[in-house]
Amino acid sequence: MTYLAKPRLHHPSLTVNKVGYTRRDYEGKISTLCAGCGHDSISAAIIQACWELDIEPHRVAKLSGIGCSSKTPDYFLGASHGFNTVHGRMPSVLTGANLANRELLYLGISGDGDSASIGLGQFAHAMRRGVRMVYIVEDNGVYGLTKGQFSATADRGSKSKKGAINSDSPVDLIGMALQLGATYVARGFSGDKAQLVPLIKGAIGHGGAAFIDVISPCIAFNNHAGSTKCYDYVREHNEAVNRIDVITPRSEITTDYAPGDVMDVLQHDGRMLRLRKLHDGYDPTNRLAAMNHVQTHQAHGEVVTGLLYVDTDASDLHEALNTSTAPLNTLGRQELCPGARELAKLNAALHCGG
Amino acid sequence: MKRIEAVNDFVIKFANVNGSGSSSANELFAKAILRMGVPVSPRNIFPSNIQGLPTWYEARVCEKGYRGRRGGVDMLVAMNPQTWDADVAELEPGGYLFYDNTRPLPPSKFRTDIHVIGMPLTDICNAAYADPRQRQLFKNIIYVGALSVLLEVDAEAFEVLFAAQYKGKEKLFDSNMRALHLGRDFAREHLDAPLGIRVRRADMVGEKIFVDGNSAAALGCVYGGATVAAWYPITPSSSVAEAFQKYCARYRVDPATGQNKFAIVQAEDELASIGIVVGAGWNGARAFTATSGPGVSLMTEFIGLAYFAEIPVTIINVQRGGPSTGMPTRTQQADILSCAYASHGDTKHVLLFPEDPHECFEHAAAALDLADRLQTPVFVMTDLDIGMNQRLCEPFEWREAHEYDRGKVMTAEDLEAGKDFGRYKDVDGDGIAWRTLPGTHPTRGSYFTRGTTRDAYARYSERGSDYVYNAQRLLTKFKTAAGLVPQPVLREAARKTRLGVIYFGSTSPAMYEALDVLNDAGIHLDALRLRAFPFPQVVEQFLSDHDEVFVVEQNRDAQMRSLLVNELDVDPARLVRVLHFDGTPITARFITHAITQHVHAEVVTPQRKVRNRKLRERNA
Repeated sequence: MTYLAKPRLHHPSLTVNKVGYTRRDYEGKISTLCAGCGHDSISAAIIQACWELDIEPHRVAKLSGIGCSSKTPDYFLGASHGFNTVHGRMPSVLTGANLANRELLYLGISGDGDSASIGLGQFAHAMRRGVRMVYIVEDNGVYGLTKGQFSATADRGSKSKKGAINSDSPVDLIGMALQLGATYVARGFSGDKAQLVPLIKGAIGHGGAAFIDVISPCIAFNNHAGSTKCYDYVREHNEAVNRIDVITPRSEITTDYAPGDVMDVLQHDGRMLRLRKLHDGYDPTNRLAAMNHVQTHQAHGEVVTGLLYVDTDASDLHEALNTSTAPLNTLGRQELCPGARELAKLNAALHCGG
Repeated sequence: MKRIEAVNDFVIKFANVNGSGSSSANELFAKAILRMGVPVSPRNIFPSNIQGLPTWYEARVCEKGYRGRRGGVDMLVAMNPQTWDADVAELEPGGYLFYDNTRPLPPSKFRTDIHVIGMPLTDICNAAYADPRQRQLFKNIIYVGALSVLLEVDAEAFEVLFAAQYKGKEKLFDSNMRALHLGRDFAREHLDAPLGIRVRRADMVGEKIFVDGNSAAALGCVYGGATVAAWYPITPSSSVAEAFQKYCARYRVDPATGQNKFAIVQAEDELASIGIVVGAGWNGARAFTATSGPGVSLMTEFIGLAYFAEIPVTIINVQRGGPSTGMPTRTQQADILSCAYASHGDTKHVLLFPEDPHECFEHAAAALDLADRLQTPVFVMTDLDIGMNQRLCEPFEWREAHEYDRGKVMTAEDLEAGKDFGRYKDVDGDGIAWRTLPGTHPTRGSYFTRGTTRDAYARYSERGSDYVYNAQRLLTKFKTAAGLVPQPVLREAARKTRLGVIYFGSTSPAMYEALDVLNDAGIHLDALRLRAFPFPQVVEQFLSDHDEVFVVEQNRDAQMRSLLVNELDVDPARLVRVLHFDGTPITARFITHAITQHVHAEVVTPQRKVRNRKLRERNA
């Protein structure tokens, strides 16, 4: 970590996006995480994605639970409101915030301890409900802030820094998200920003619950031989199923691909996801096939990354609840209170029990 | 043999089997009496069960309008052989026992000091109906018909009620009327009617409404502008959320678009329920959850967050018997301390204590205003007795001019104008800081909400001085709250007295009655009904104005008394416990007895003398 304050001044030549912001405008406070922490790369990817998508920072609400990963919302999008909630409960707070104002973009940042251990229930139910959000788990298989205990996503047989072998089966968040109805499921690697940024952009444009598991090695406690969440292991075993580009429909498509190698997915926000297939016959719109593929490769110790599943027809909780187009937090007495006359009628109906 | 003789003043208890359809028939009976202008207060006493276990419905008919449980039973409708012995034993001498005598019972099953009325209900039903379900359901209506003759309840009252209930369902109307008359005809021909207890038309109901507290609280949330509700089913609070759904469907669907101006989530547990409410409150929507003691236990971590991060939250706690699963279908006021101080660290929360459904409505709406104004959790502390029983009460009131108090929320214009924004800074001296909602302004007003310590500008800080500033400000805010919450209601004794009594919530109706009885017996008490915590200054005044104050409550550990002692530094010796906690609603008889005994004992050894002696000893 650095102790130097970031200068507020921008270089005048910094590129400005369509809403008038430079990339620096999407930064937050200086990270207090360890130098080289994968989480900081994810923060950088979020900054990049938001800038590229021309999102106004103040139209984003970033929420998190507790842990190293959950500290990061302070380190990006400084002009957004943030909420560091309680351990494992980010999904419910985000759900409530989303119900209150459907017009903001909701970023939920969590970790493997936060989502796979203490918050497993909330993670599962948020997926089931289809809350529209970008749910990122910064997954390092270890409890960093409490100095190196195994988390619930640590693989069985994985070795801790102190040499202990994990005997518990891992919680497979990708498998659960697929099973529980998440409509956008991806896995990234903090060491591969080129892959991660488009995955986040795709999630932002998605119309339902988007989940990204980002393997993010812990420099301090889980980056040694024998760990399946260290940089070397993930690099060696990374099996990407596809590469995605996020394109606006009107932008010119310049690259040529052989037919069958690309797949276009129209997103909720009107943008197009162009998927370049890296695995023959991998169809990310087929939930069952995705589950099968991921499970099969995982069984061989591979880390499957990329956009694993997307439901092009996704809907969200607001659609299910048929809530008003105007955000609930903008409605006032006029819209909400039935008034004294209605009450008089009700009193009459309840008089003597009706 | 003595015969209880009373017009418009008796207690009738129905002993039934859960799931037999009896409760709607019993309710019908109560409503028919109401329609005759005679106040009646029914209470369901039911098990944690859907079918098969014993259930009771106790209705107190009282022209004077006392709505508390009286204690004792004048007439028993014994429809459950399982509980026969205990039910019969409960009857007052000279009382009436009504039962199904289709199968004979040995004389040992009866008492000699009561009047027994047998009616072959099963035979009558079997003769009239072939379908087993009909036999079961109409048996209830038939006994209600017979009772209406025995107690002189007008047949027309039933006709009106059936007509309202079965509007457009002629067949059901006819079959119910037929069952009613089967009962009425039999009673007229074969039973000795009327009894010594009976109903006489009066004009004592007036404009009052008959409604349960949970529906009333839900309606209060609709009127108070709640748009987000998150809940997890738990007895006795589930019907709050269900009623909210019902009222929202009626009042909150946009006629033009068909869209809902509300969002209700049945969450996976209480942790998620309160989490959703916290998220919605943080983002500027009025939100509430309804739960009971076990749910509050699960919510306490979040309640601490909402207190410390200062987020408006409304929690309707319909209390039941605790601890643990306790008596889930019985009533208590036993969550006072666990709510007042919910969560770890130094925390204090605003509690409101409605006395009846009328106040459940009022306090639920007020809680939403208070939560926004104070940016903190507010509990509406109702209980099973008020929540799940229909109670005769004053009509709901709503001032058309009432604007929602959204509290201190900075607008984009405020920020644009360059107003200083310190999220946790006390700029007005009332301990309440200004907040901003997400998405308000492109460059100003954003801040990071957290449960960790921070400075007045919401920047992470572990400096002792920042912590103390914040903790003290929260105390100032709590003091501000004392002036905003519903104020206590004082009822002065007929003459000057050194005795006082403090009570709250569902104890009210029993207390009002007890005060009258005590007054008649020459025991004079000034009575203060608490309506909220923190305690306004008048509570302190009341305590210092009286040598001795009874604190009447429905829990074992005298929780309100502890709260008074703890918060107001009052000498505990001056606060006398009156505690009722067996799970049944407190009765006037219980209160009268406890206070009378204490007062009489004091005539022998006055408390004041004991205290003065102790004081002298200490000073010596």
